Amino acid sequence: MALTDTPNIPDPDGFYDELLAAHAGLSAGQTHALNARLVLILANHIGDRDVLRAALATARAGAEGTR
Amino acid sequence: MDKSPPPIDALYPYAHSADQDAARPAHHPVIVVGAGPVGLVLALDLAQRGTPVLVLDDQQGPGEGSRAICFAKRTLEIADRQGVGRRLVEKGVVWSVGKVFHGHDKVFEFNLLPQEGHRNPAFINLQQPYFESYLVEAIRAAQADGAPIEIRGGNTVTGIEPRADNVLVTVETPDGPYRLEAAWLAACDGARSALRGMLGLGFEGRVFEDNFLIADVRMTADFPTERWFWFDPPFDGAGQSALLHKQPDDVWRIDFQLGWDIDRAAELDPAKVRARVDAMLGADVSYDLVWTSIYTFQCRRMAEFRHGRVLFAGDAAHLVSPFGARGANSGIQDADNLAWKLDLVTRGLAPEALLDSYAEERGAAADENILNSTRATDFLTPKSPAASLFRDAVLDLARRHPFARVLINSGRLSLPSVYDGLSLTGPDELNGPPETRPGAPAVDAPLAQGFLLDRLKGRFTVLAIDAQIPDLTQLPGIPLERLTLTTSRDDPTGALRARYLGGAPAALYLVRPDQHVVARWRDATPGMIESALSAAIAKGA
Repeated sequence: MALTDTPNIPDPDGFYDELLAAHAGLSAGQTHALNARLVLILANHIGDRDVLRAALATARAGAEGTR
Repeated sequence: MDKSPPPIDALYPYAHSADQDAARPAHHPVIVVGAGPVGLVLALDLAQRGTPVLVLDDQQGPGEGSRAICFAKRTLEIADRQGVGRRLVEKGVVWSVGKVFHGHDKVFEFNLLPQEGHRNPAFINLQQPYFESYLVEAIRAAQADGAPIEIRGGNTVTGIEPRADNVLVTVETPDGPYRLEAAWLAACDGARSALRGMLGLGFEGRVFEDNFLIADVRMTADFPTERWFWFDPPFDGAGQSALLHKQPDDVWRIDFQLGWDIDRAAELDPAKVRARVDAMLGADVSYDLVWTSIYTFQCRRMAEFRHGRVLFAGDAAHLVSPFGARGANSGIQDADNLAWKLDLVTRGLAPEALLDSYAEERGAAADENILNSTRATDFLTPKSPAASLFRDAVLDLARRHPFARVLINSGRLSLPSVYDGLSLTGPDELNGPPETRPGAPAVDAPLAQGFLLDRLKGRFTVLAIDAQIPDLTQLPGIPLERLTLTTSRDDPTGALRARYLGGAPAALYLVRPDQHVVARWRDATPGMIESALSAAIAKGA
C-alpha cells in the first residue's frame, strides 16, 4: 500500500480545529509530548511498515533546510 | 537446596606438567585458551567427542563476583547434552515474571511462561562461578572416564606464533615459561582478549557513554522472584534506571545507571553503595554487600572470528551490553557451534573450510545480538531530545495501551540465532512450521518417553516423523544417527506434530550435531539427504 497524499480526511477544517483543540492550553513541552503520543498511536493504527517508512521520509524532507 | 558457596579459587590449581620439561614444544590437537563458560563448554564438548583438548587459564579457579547471572533455555539445552543441565536448573532460580516501572508507577508486567512441552525454562539466574564449577566437575568426571581433556591453571599465554601447519604459543608459569604447539587454537580469553591483542587484530564498535553500578546483596527479604526494572527510579541516587533480580543463595542483583561523568572509586565506596541500596530497599532491610562493580556498555566485534588456525569465541570475538543476557549465552552457542566442526576437521572427516562456517554463522549471530543490544541501550539511555520524548511517550502510553508495551525495550532476552540462508543450511521442501525451518535450532517436544532433544545426541541425525528413512549408501564418511518417530505412538501431547509437521502428513529432517536443522523434506531421495549432509560439512553439494 502506498502512502496516501491526496485529500483523505472528511471535513478537513473540522479535523484541523480538533487537532488544535487537543493542544489548547498546553506548554511547549506538553505539546511535544502529546505529539509524540499521537505519532505512536497513529503509527500503530497504520501498522504497514512501508507506509510508515514513506511517511517518515516525507516528514523528514520537510525538515531539510529548516533549522 | 545446596547452600554451599561457589568454590572461587584453586578449582584447577597450577601443577607442573611434563610438557614443561620437553625438549621440543609438545603438540596438542586443540588448545583452548581461557576457562570461562565458553572455553569450558567447548573443551568438554570436544572431549566428549574424543578429540584431545588442553585448556590453559591464567587463573586457578573461576574468580570472584557473580558476573553473568542469566542463562537462557538454549544454554540449558546445550548443557543437557553435556550432562550438566539438570545441575544448573536445580541450583538456579527459575523466574518468568518481569515488571517494568516508570518512577513510582508500574507500567506493565510480562510473563515468560515456560512453553508447554519444553524440558527447560526460558531462563534461570545463576552466578557465573557456579556455572563454571559445574562444568569443571563434569570435566573431572569425563577425565576419570578416560576422556582426553586437561585444564592447566596458572598457565598464562604470553606469546603466539601462527604458522602454516600449527600455532606455537609461549606459556608463562610459576616455574617459568614453556612452549606448546597446537593444530588448532580456540581463543576464549574474554573481552580483553590478550590473544587478540598479540595478533594485532581489531575490535570495532561502539562504547556507550554510561556507567552502571552492580551491587549484589545477600538478604532474606520476601521480594518475589521477579525481574523488576525501573525507568527513572523514584529512590535517591538510583540514576536513570535500576534493576532488581534474584540469584540463588538469597543474593539479589541490583543495577544502577549512573551516567558518564562519575568518580568510579568514590562510587564504589561501600558507604555510598549502601546509601543507594538503602534508598531502594528501605532503611529497615538488612543485607550484606556480596560484590560490587562498575561497568560500561560496549558493542564490538572482530571482523573475522577465524584467523587461520586461531578461532575466536565468546567475549573475545564479540561484546554486547548486558541487557538481554546475550553475552555468556551467545558465547556458549559459539562453543556449541565450533566443537563439532573442530572435531570433524581434527579427525580429517571434514575440510578445513567447515571452520569458515563457524565464523559465518556466529558472525551473523553476533550482528543480531549487537543489533538487539544496541537498540535496548538506545532505549535505556536516550541520546537526543527526540529519543527522550518518544521514550517517555511510550512509557506513558504503555500503562493503558497494550500496543505501546511491545515498544518498551529493557533488553530483548536472548534467543538462539537461526542460520537462514547461510552456507551449511540446506533446502526447505516441507511446507512446515517456521520455528523448525532449516537453520533453526531444533525445538524441544515431549515424547512418550523423555524429550526430543535428548534423542538428538550430538551427531548428525536423520529424523523421520511418520515417514521412512531411505537407504543411505553414499554418506560422506561421518557418523549418522537415524531416529524414526510416529505421531500415533511418540507424540502424546501433539507438540511434535505442531512443531515439526504443521499441516504436512510426514517429514524427514536432517539435524546437525549442535541440533540446528540442516534441511527438511516431505519426502526425500537418498541423494537429497546425502547432498544436504555433504554441504553441511562444507564438502560441497
